[in-house]
Amino acid sequence: MSESMVEVRNVTKVYERGTQRVEVLHGLNLDIPRSDFVALMGPSGSGKTTLLNLIGGLDQPTSGEVQVGGSRIDQLGSSELARWRAHNIGFVFQFYNLMPVLTAEANVELPLLLTRLTAAQRRKNVAVALEIVGLADRAKHKPKELSGGQEQRVAIARALVSDPQLLVCDEPTGDLDRKTAEEILGLLQVLNREHGKTIIMVTHDPKAAEFARRILHLEKGRLLEQAA
Amino acid sequence: MTKAGFVVANLFRKRTRTILTLLSVVMAFLLFGLLQSVNSIFSSGANFVGATRLFVQARVSFTQALPISMLPKLEAIPGVVAVAHQMWFGGVWQENTPLIMLSLDPRTYHQVYPEWVMPDAQWQAFIQTRTGMIAGKLLADQYGWKIGQKIPISSNIWPQKNGSKAWIFDLVGIFDGKDEDWKRRANLAFIQQDYFDESNQFGIKGRVNFFILKLSDSSKAEAVSKTVDAMFENSPDETKTQTEKDFNMSFVKQIGDIGLIVRWILFAVFFTLLLVVGNTMAQSVRERVPELAVLKTLGFTDRSVLGFVLAEAFALVLFGGLLGLLLASIAGAMVERGTGGQFQLRLDGGVWLLGVVAIVLMSLAVGLLPALRARRLKIVDALAGR
Amino acid sequence: MFGQALAITALSIRSIPERWAPSLVIVVGLTGVVAVFTALLAMATGFESTLKATGRSDAAIILRGGSDAELNSAFDRDSTDLIKQEPGIALGADGKPLASAELMVIAELVRKDDVKNGANITLRGIDPAGFELRPGLKIVAGRKFTPGLRELIVGRGVARQFQGAQIGDAVRMRGSQWQVVGIFESGDAHDSEMWTDINVARSTFGRIGSSSVLAALDGPDGLARLKSAVAAEPRLSLDVLREQDYFSGQTRQFRKTIGFLAGVVTVIMALGAVFAALNSMYAAVAARGKEIATLRAIGFGGVPVVVSVMIEALLLALVGAVLGALIAYLLFNNLSVSTLGQSFTQVVFNFKVTPQLVVRGLVIAVVIGMLGGLLPALRAARLPVTTMLREQ
Repeated sequence: MSESMVEVRNVTKVYERGTQRVEVLHGLNLDIPRSDFVALMGPSGSGKTTLLNLIGGLDQPTSGEVQVGGSRIDQLGSSELARWRAHNIGFVFQFYNLMPVLTAEANVELPLLLTRLTAAQRRKNVAVALEIVGLADRAKHKPKELSGGQEQRVAIARALVSDPQLLVCDEPTGDLDRKTAEEILGLLQVLNREHGKTIIMVTHDPKAAEFARRILHLEKGRLLEQAA
Repeated sequence: MTKAGFVVANLFRKRTRTILTLLSVVMAFLLFGLLQSVNSIFSSGANFVGATRLFVQARVSFTQALPISMLPKLEAIPGVVAVAHQMWFGGVWQENTPLIMLSLDPRTYHQVYPEWVMPDAQWQAFIQTRTGMIAGKLLADQYGWKIGQKIPISSNIWPQKNGSKAWIFDLVGIFDGKDEDWKRRANLAFIQQDYFDESNQFGIKGRVNFFILKLSDSSKAEAVSKTVDAMFENSPDETKTQTEKDFNMSFVKQIGDIGLIVRWILFAVFFTLLLVVGNTMAQSVRERVPELAVLKTLGFTDRSVLGFVLAEAFALVLFGGLLGLLLASIAGAMVERGTGGQFQLRLDGGVWLLGVVAIVLMSLAVGLLPALRARRLKIVDALAGR
Repeated sequence: MFGQALAITALSIRSIPERWAPSLVIVVGLTGVVAVFTALLAMATGFESTLKATGRSDAAIILRGGSDAELNSAFDRDSTDLIKQEPGIALGADGKPLASAELMVIAELVRKDDVKNGANITLRGIDPAGFELRPGLKIVAGRKFTPGLRELIVGRGVARQFQGAQIGDAVRMRGSQWQVVGIFESGDAHDSEMWTDINVARSTFGRIGSSSVLAALDGPDGLARLKSAVAAEPRLSLDVLREQDYFSGQTRQFRKTIGFLAGVVTVIMALGAVFAALNSMYAAVAARGKEIATLRAIGFGGVPVVVSVMIEALLLALVGAVLGALIAYLLFNNLSVSTLGQSFTQVVFNFKVTPQLVVRGLVIAVVIGMLGGLLPALRAARLPVTTMLREQ
């Protein structure tokens, strides 16, 4: 039981669009052990982003159970879920979603404002996170002064800074060129192998998926498994 | 960085827009400060509290004179310690600068107005010099008068016996106020009633515009007031007695319903401001929907995101509002100095308090809807661009 | 080039509904500025025209030398009789000089919307000739006062604004009771006065002479003849003024004060409106950025773009101005108020929204619109096309 980072049991997700009911996930089951690095692939409309959102605590299933790090997050209310996210999950998006008005280090510091750390402690954690992603020398730059790859590193540093156990990435290299993409994926591998972070990555790019330990395929809301 | 730092950083997202909005807020509160302080001059009720001086004038209008023969009757009223009198002289300095000049009896005036401070020797000189004049420090400084000079003043009401409108007085003293408040009013001059009585062309003798009663203590104010008016009721010299403060107020109230005008103007101004700032805040939130969603993914609750937006609105209005009120203070002080203390446009505590209340209310008004929107937004929809 | 500007302008105007919020800001901002400006100046205009309408050009008002207002003026019986005999004064129907000795006394009435605070009203005692000298004055209710009795007629403005001034009411002045027997209307400052027989006023208030004498002038040189006669007479130290000139001079202080107030308020509001307009137009230019860039890429020049932005700003400003003038007119035109006049007495007058005022308001709108549109327009014209295409 404690080996499992993520347990998804019989999860269904239905969206109501006006009068339409769209069932995106159908009775899905999934186990992700600790320190696993999973790539989720599938055609568009397959529900992979929806699944990611459920695991990351950004959305609730219509029915079924979602357990992450031992907590039943499908039973949490919205502010409890927010608190849970702050301590347990780090997100990395396709379009880096950094705050344009803040410097790189301020962006990384943002999640720490939710903690009780002092300013000095926060600065220290930020420095460490930036060091890990290799961007210590760009700490004072604003996003518009950074390249795509650098922005994504800052985003990863931000995802790391509260030391979460699970990293959730939605097409992290979708907007990057080949070389930069590989650097980012290499960084994710380091985080997984040397820092023990569990990583779930949604991607449509098979080459990116190869950096993971396992690849899962999703089709029309159902899971097909395939070994790495 | 702190939460506050984050709020301020977001304000300057679009620098030009923020600065222009800020400037609009500054203008609105500048007007607010100026108009409210004008308004507060014009509004207060009858007030006997702490009054130790009463003004007695002819009932219908102070432009009508009362006979000095009323003096002994007033002195005899229990509770009255001393009675001074004054008459408007209507002096004009150098062609067309009107002065506040009063003719009076120096001895009784000094008794009733201990707030005017002057060396004893100068008071004696004033009492003993028929053609003497004493001037307040503000006045003397403004026109460069020095003790010992002969000051020529013309009167637009009273020519001298020889037909000339020019009077010459010996400046024998310069007085000042005993504290800040009184120092600000030291912009008047006094001459001898006796000299005036002798020298004016119309043989006007023994007429005064006001008697000023000094009371033994303020609790007697209302009673003495009523006694005086009752004493002269139905005589040809009916009186109206009121506290000094009420007199100032009643005169100024006749100008009209200034309060109403001010309220209308401020209504128009703040309505417009509401739109301007509200629009800015709404635009700002609309542009930031993905960022706000990201904040929520990081673990900020819906409520705290609402808080961020409200704080932003508050910071904007607070900074602009305080700046505007400050400018109004400065402008008011300049007006006061420029008119030699005649027009006392000061932002007092009351106006500042009202200003702060206005700031808070306006922040809520412009920030609430965008903040609620920010609170409502669903992470998943916002990130997907819906 | 003109055609280009027009084409772009038409395009931009059509897209205003999508940007309704910032556009509304400009309109409302200008409505506010113009409404306040127009209302304040309508007050000044109303006051001024009430006083200007007072007084004839063919009558002279005679005051004691050196006094600048009837209230400050007082001369004795002898002088009063003497002045009536001087040359330059026209003769009345009875062959005697048409002149009225008049006495000003200050009375007190309480405003209709107040409880006890009195305001000062002018009581004017007149000779019978006083009516003949003011043909525009009509008794609109009740009757004239009876000479010898303590009776009053009150002006329309007084009856409207103050308590205790209706027909049948008793007014108390200096221990005496006076009866209101009629209401008159003269369409000028006299509507703020109460009138009675000068002899009754003299005896009640212990006065012997008069405050002023009003005399009809004889011919175009009447004033000159009267003036020189008075100057030559050593027993008289009097000032002779054309009645009309006297009254328009009285407005100076009020006009200055209101003018100052209106000026300050309008300037500050206008500045605020300029900032708001700049804000909105910058937003408009940003919102249309792609469209403008495309137009310029196609080949439309920079100048037509500038012109179109300015026209848009101007149009919105003018709409706001017209609305503002309309609001001022509907709410304030002919509103009756009273205020402190020259002699510390009340003057009743109406707000007057005149065409000139409306034009001035529109001019302000044009200025604000141009200021608000210029910088954003220049920005739209100068920004590199590629930047604008990307900036979405």
